[in-house]
Amino acid sequence: MFGRLTIDSLPFYSAVAASGAAVTVLGGLAVAGAITYFGAWRMVMTQWVSSVDHKKIGIMYIMLALVMLLRGFVDAAMMRSQQAIAYNSEGYLPPDHFDQIFSSHGTIMIFFMAMPFLSGLANLIVPQQIGSRDVAFPFMNSVSLWLTTAGAGLMLISLVVGKFSTAGWTAYPPYSGVEYTPGVGVDYWLWMVFIAGFGTTMTGINFLVTIIKNRAPGMTMFRLPLFTWTILITSVLIIFAFPALTVACAMLILDRNFGFHFFTNAMGGNMMNYINLFWLWGHPEVYILILPAFGVFSEVVSTFSQKRLFGYISLVLATCAIGLLSFTVWLHHFFTMGSSAKVNSFFGTMTTIISVPTGVKVFDWLLTMYRGRIIFKPPMLFTIGFLVTFVIGGLSGVLLALPPIDYLMHNTTFLVAHFHNMIIPGVLFGYLAGYMYWFPKAFGFKLNEKWGTRAFWCWIVGFYVAFMPLYVLGMLGMPRRMEHYDIAAWQPHLIVAGIGAFIILLGMICLAVQLVVSIRERNQALDLSGDPWNGRSLEWATSSPAAPYNFAVLPKVESRDAWWDMKQRGVAYERPAEYEDIVMPKNTYAGLVIGVAGGVFGFAAIWWMWWLALLSLAVIAAAIIYRASDDDDEFVMTASEVKAIEDERFAQLAKAPKNEMADEPGFAGEPAPEPAE
Amino acid sequence: MADGPTLDPTGPIALTERDLLFKATAIMMIVIIPVFVMAAWFTVRYRGTNRKARYTPNFDFYWPAEIIVWSIPAAIVVWLAFHLWEYTYKLDPYTEIDPSVKPLQVQAIAQDWKWLFVYPEQNIAVVNELAMPVGTPVSITITSDTVMNSLVIPKLGGQIYAMAGMQTRLNLLADEEGTFWGRNVQYSGTGFADQQFQTHAQSKEEFDAWVEKAKQAGKSLDAATYDALAKPSQKVPVTYYSGVEPGLFDKIIAKWSHGDMDRMPHHSQAETTE
Repeated sequence: MFGRLTIDSLPFYSAVAASGAAVTVLGGLAVAGAITYFGAWRMVMTQWVSSVDHKKIGIMYIMLALVMLLRGFVDAAMMRSQQAIAYNSEGYLPPDHFDQIFSSHGTIMIFFMAMPFLSGLANLIVPQQIGSRDVAFPFMNSVSLWLTTAGAGLMLISLVVGKFSTAGWTAYPPYSGVEYTPGVGVDYWLWMVFIAGFGTTMTGINFLVTIIKNRAPGMTMFRLPLFTWTILITSVLIIFAFPALTVACAMLILDRNFGFHFFTNAMGGNMMNYINLFWLWGHPEVYILILPAFGVFSEVVSTFSQKRLFGYISLVLATCAIGLLSFTVWLHHFFTMGSSAKVNSFFGTMTTIISVPTGVKVFDWLLTMYRGRIIFKPPMLFTIGFLVTFVIGGLSGVLLALPPIDYLMHNTTFLVAHFHNMIIPGVLFGYLAGYMYWFPKAFGFKLNEKWGTRAFWCWIVGFYVAFMPLYVLGMLGMPRRMEHYDIAAWQPHLIVAGIGAFIILLGMICLAVQLVVSIRERNQALDLSGDPWNGRSLEWATSSPAAPYNFAVLPKVESRDAWWDMKQRGVAYERPAEYEDIVMPKNTYAGLVIGVAGGVFGFAAIWWMWWLALLSLAVIAAAIIYRASDDDDEFVMTASEVKAIEDERFAQLAKAPKNEMADEPGFAGEPAPEPAE
Repeated sequence: MADGPTLDPTGPIALTERDLLFKATAIMMIVIIPVFVMAAWFTVRYRGTNRKARYTPNFDFYWPAEIIVWSIPAAIVVWLAFHLWEYTYKLDPYTEIDPSVKPLQVQAIAQDWKWLFVYPEQNIAVVNELAMPVGTPVSITITSDTVMNSLVIPKLGGQIYAMAGMQTRLNLLADEEGTFWGRNVQYSGTGFADQQFQTHAQSKEEFDAWVEKAKQAGKSLDAATYDALAKPSQKVPVTYYSGVEPGLFDKIIAKWSHGDMDRMPHHSQAETTE
């Protein structure tokens, strides 16, 4: 009945594990309690979890990402504090627990923080940036969200029921095989990645089709805003890369649960096949994460320099080049497997080539600032912090791309410092910049700038203090994933790194305070015009938050920086003579049902409750059949309803200041008609 | 920092690796320093409140700038690529360091959570200790009798994975006497943190005395002793074996490769690469 799930699976064996479980359970109860207290269940059920509106789906993705960011950060803080004290001592975490923590930290940050954050920003902004009313497949979008959430849910459940994997976020066999790691930990990892991967793949398909098919009239490919370009390339990468991960997971699932030998030591298995498949996904994944952040930086740097983006074509070509090259470098993750100099030289060279388009991007962003009028809002601070910090990570990345150096640095904290040096400034700063930049578009009020600036300074200072010592430790030969050590020279650096983690904690607190303060003081920071930053692309043409249909009348695009151009030509905020009926997709619970059943399926498969697994598969099939045979899945918003919403919007506009940025000391002026050449 | 193994190596392999590290870092400063300078300069100069700075809101393309931002990184990458190929061939861990000198043969076997080193020519074996004469190249063939491991002695040079059923190779040379640590750096489970050993680079006489000491151990590493040793254990003290079952290393590989001809030692990478 309960498979291998017994009462011993509950975390009462250790105080640290039990308190982690308690926090998770209490957190869940607190959320449920808060919804009940505010009497919001009806709203949550009818307007949010059943929604197929890309904007609401985007917001839910980002909420998920922020919760998981907190969870992933707690893991990081535990590792840093353990290593700071574990010189010639066991510290406070036994190996088995420490190993679970580094595994969950990586898994959470990549799969359940960064991926949902990226999907969230794409959902929120891309349809509005291309002048579209929705994504191409709104229902599939809802399924994607709930499958990703199912994976994240399994992640949280693993803290309470059973133990998590100790095999790291990459789950290399044969260690992750059932011979060496029995128990449910690796199965948790496998099933959550497998299930969330389906969601991500569908997101990739959805956004590729959306950007190809749903662009407004006149929005040619070379007029797409850079963020949309990066999401387009990211979608292509997702479609090609994620199947490799899904297949690798499926094969390892067969190995672990059904006696197969794809990756085992014996019986003709070969662990390097897994490692090849994993990185065939894993390297493009790095660019899947970072390209959208590059897109955010491109938007932010241009908006807050009050200047056109420099080198648009170069930036687009560089994005495409990075996307293509990302599939040619995966072997640099295991130069040390004993491949020949020929093979290593090839993959090393391909890796260094990626630094060319990346370098071009950095210089184009800098040249966008050149002769601009820079306004230092928090998103811009994150962008400048990124530019300076990222090149250091680029340097260490090129060093690691040289096989002889990789022989020394592989598996050391130098590598850990390198990829955090790419992912924190490159990915997280980008997403946080996007979060602060587009928050008014999602909610209609701006985030508090003072706390945003404080968050930035804590994050960037904390980053340097936490990760520069890891570069040094790598030079001192310290391997990654050390639960304790007996080399005295390492400890001072690890203590400094621990202080860095504490400064980042302050950054996390600033982010939380920023959100609370902003909600409390929202009436002083309302975004009435829908264009709080004097923006350049079409998402600023809609109201904040945008109407369900985004655009009552689809915009006609005549140039890059379409919205800026409309403001210049004096055709922004034009009131159409009449409105038309708009067909909208109906909300549905089918996506939620598929996601929940997917999560239950994963849980059942992990614990070998095969009857429950079959039952949940049947539920998924039923939900798909129900939805597919439901012809009544759209409704019409009549012209008069649209008119009512739009009238309200124009009334609000009349109250709005002419330009919300006009009070900024650095404001360069309204978009004025360009003088004739 | 000065005593860091990477920056203060004691063998030609690690030394050459460090040279490449310095050279590559230096060449990349051509890109890195301008980024720092431009970021600082533009941030200050073009702050919105500085009304004296020139403002060109529509300046979005300039051919010479585009050519420079593409060609300089590209030129650096060309430089890097040449060095990368040269050094990767020169420092290939499979290549014998000095073809005119017969290297000392060592067979390294990764176990949970210790290293077993077999000296086939001396017919001795030792757990968690490696000894080598200074100035003599050492050729270590590596396999694993458990999960994937990675063998590194940072003072001497880089690492290579140890994988069950497969044989990899690492050629090293110590040119100064000393004792340096080596270890597994590929995470391998509970005992990972303590899976380390000391390497003694000694004079020829000291090395011979060390071999003699092992030969006096009185314990031989036969199949039964090996099986007991291979069971998971942590912080295993240095243990000497005065004799080794013939062909032990190949048997361990054969145990896992199980008739898979591609994986037999004679077909391993070392023999197929030129």
